[in-house]
Amino acid sequence: MNLSKPALYIVLLVVIVAAPFLLPAYKTQLATLWLMIIVAMTWDMTGGQMGYNSLGNIFFYGTGMYVAAVITIGMVYDVGDYTNAAGGGIYAFTETQYFTGLVLGCIGAGLFCALSAILIGWPTFGLRGPYFAIGTLGMAIAAGELVSNWEWVGAGQGISMPNYPGDFETFKLLIYFIFAGVGVVLFIFLKWLYTTRFRSAINAIREDEDKAEAMGLRTLTYKLLTWSMAAFFVGIAGGISAFQLIHFEPLETAYQTINLGIFMVVCVLLGGKGTLWGPIIGAVLFHVVKEVTWNYFLGWQWVALGAIIIVTVVYFQDGLMGWLKHKRPEWFGIRVEKKDQIVTEPAE
Amino acid sequence: MSAIIQVDRVSKSFGGVRANIDISLTVEEGGITGLIGPNGSGKTTLFNSIVGYHPIDGGSIKFRDLEISKMLVPEIARLGLLRTFQQTRIYGKMDCVQNMLISLPHRKAKFLEMFRRYSSEEHERAEALLDFVGLYEKRYLQSGDLSFGQQKLLEFAMALMNQPSVLLLDEPTAGINPTLINGLIDRLKRANSDFGITLLVIEHNMRVIMNMADHVYCLAHGELLASGSPDEVQNDQSVIDAYLGAH
Ligand SMILES: Nc1ncnc2c1ncn2[C@@H]1O[C@H](COP(=O)(O)OP(=O)(O)OP(=O)(O)O)[C@@H](O)[C@H]1O
Ligand SMILES: [Mg+2]
Repeated sequence: MNLSKPALYIVLLVVIVAAPFLLPAYKTQLATLWLMIIVAMTWDMTGGQMGYNSLGNIFFYGTGMYVAAVITIGMVYDVGDYTNAAGGGIYAFTETQYFTGLVLGCIGAGLFCALSAILIGWPTFGLRGPYFAIGTLGMAIAAGELVSNWEWVGAGQGISMPNYPGDFETFKLLIYFIFAGVGVVLFIFLKWLYTTRFRSAINAIREDEDKAEAMGLRTLTYKLLTWSMAAFFVGIAGGISAFQLIHFEPLETAYQTINLGIFMVVCVLLGGKGTLWGPIIGAVLFHVVKEVTWNYFLGWQWVALGAIIIVTVVYFQDGLMGWLKHKRPEWFGIRVEKKDQIVTEPAE
Repeated sequence: MSAIIQVDRVSKSFGGVRANIDISLTVEEGGITGLIGPNGSGKTTLFNSIVGYHPIDGGSIKFRDLEISKMLVPEIARLGLLRTFQQTRIYGKMDCVQNMLISLPHRKAKFLEMFRRYSSEEHERAEALLDFVGLYEKRYLQSGDLSFGQQKLLEFAMALMNQPSVLLLDEPTAGINPTLINGLIDRLKRANSDFGITLLVIEHNMRVIMNMADHVYCLAHGELLASGSPDEVQNDQSVIDAYLGAH
């Protein structure tokens, strides 16, 4: 088991690198798969590990898009003038300007979202259970409405990003690898984070927050930090999407509460809450099913999605990983009551 | 001995229910103080007031001369004033060792500590304390699968892991098998004598109180009815009447 683990990771890494070359026609879908993985893993940080089901994480995605756009454009032109002209030809970007914008825009998006998670989390983390879910959803909807009325960032028209200075296939490859890179970094980060006492603390908050407080845990600090770390990665993902989509607008693309905002939750429920791999497996499953239904059962795709959600929620509440955990607890290091032969008390 | 907790004329009402009326009591440092009274007399409410679970209507609560009646639950806990719950509270999906580790004190915790792993000394201490309460064999079981009495023991061990200076125990022997109660009394006493933890104990079991406490307070209908040595309180006519009247 231990020996095969590095081998497993090497195989995975090879697959990740080879995928866009083996399936060149699907580069964009593969990039979107990474987006799903990122938003599912980050959603699970609060929803699965900490027991706070946010329906507002899409806020960080949309905000990340806008922050990346404003940074990229603002470094070269006046943002108001640019959006007024709606991307009319006079606004050219050099190669250097484009790539500087890509790097700084995405990092800036992550940092901005990390900070806003702390500011928004301050009042909203006073809410628990369904109130927190609805509170965060309300925030995302409100943000979408506000932005779609904000002329400076293009209001309902949205924003057009600069075009990639190169050929389109290379561009798709680049976007794939940026998404994949962020996804891998996020995975490594969470794999490490979940070995520290930070995880115990947020798990304790999930299990019984009143008890955690009574034991002196700084619950608000943990909650804010967790959401902030999640928001950082979602913000970056939003920034990448802004470049990928070239043109985006506030309600359908950026603050898309009913699409990506819900999909990320479904991915986690499918794969299994509160596990490292659950959200990833869920995202892959969900994305494949979604692409298939979108392509072959057009018109029925929402029905199919609805059916998946219902089946998951009714029959597999703990998702695939939860079901496995139940069937094979020993794979997860969980011990169930049995006559313990191995454990003998050390004589003192 | 000096007072470590001073409750001075504390009142608390829930709507029309006056759960605590002008209650004053002191807990001596290093001792074991008992708190008794019929069901609904306001014992748990007083605990909740002391640890900051709800705002009090009036009065003052001091911990080592520090006014704590306006402080929040986790702040008070970090001062070293800890409570266990009458309805036992543990982290059900975690195993016993994890329950213990997360109970380490957060008093001096620096920011980066959050991102450290638990050390092997901390693991050893967790196991030693689980051994102390008799749960060593069960240490890797999910705590939610333990029996109620075992969960009660686990919660006690978690409190010890936190190294409090004062521990408020809400009915520690409720639900514990009578044959094991003597063992538990012994452990409570050792927590007091060996670990130096001051105890304030709510108990319905008179034998437990008689065995442990050096001072006892009795509440009835939200008011302080009597106080004194266990013997004095047990033989106090108003106390006897309150208990008989409650049935
Ligand atoms: N949160 C609350 N809201 C309303 N009433 C409450 C609340 N907490 C306690 N009470 C009331 O206050 C009174 C005292 O309750 P408390 O729990 O303090 O009693 P107790 O002495 O701990 O009893 P027991 O021995 O049964 O545990 C009761 O009448 C109870 O109904
Ligand atoms: Mg009570």
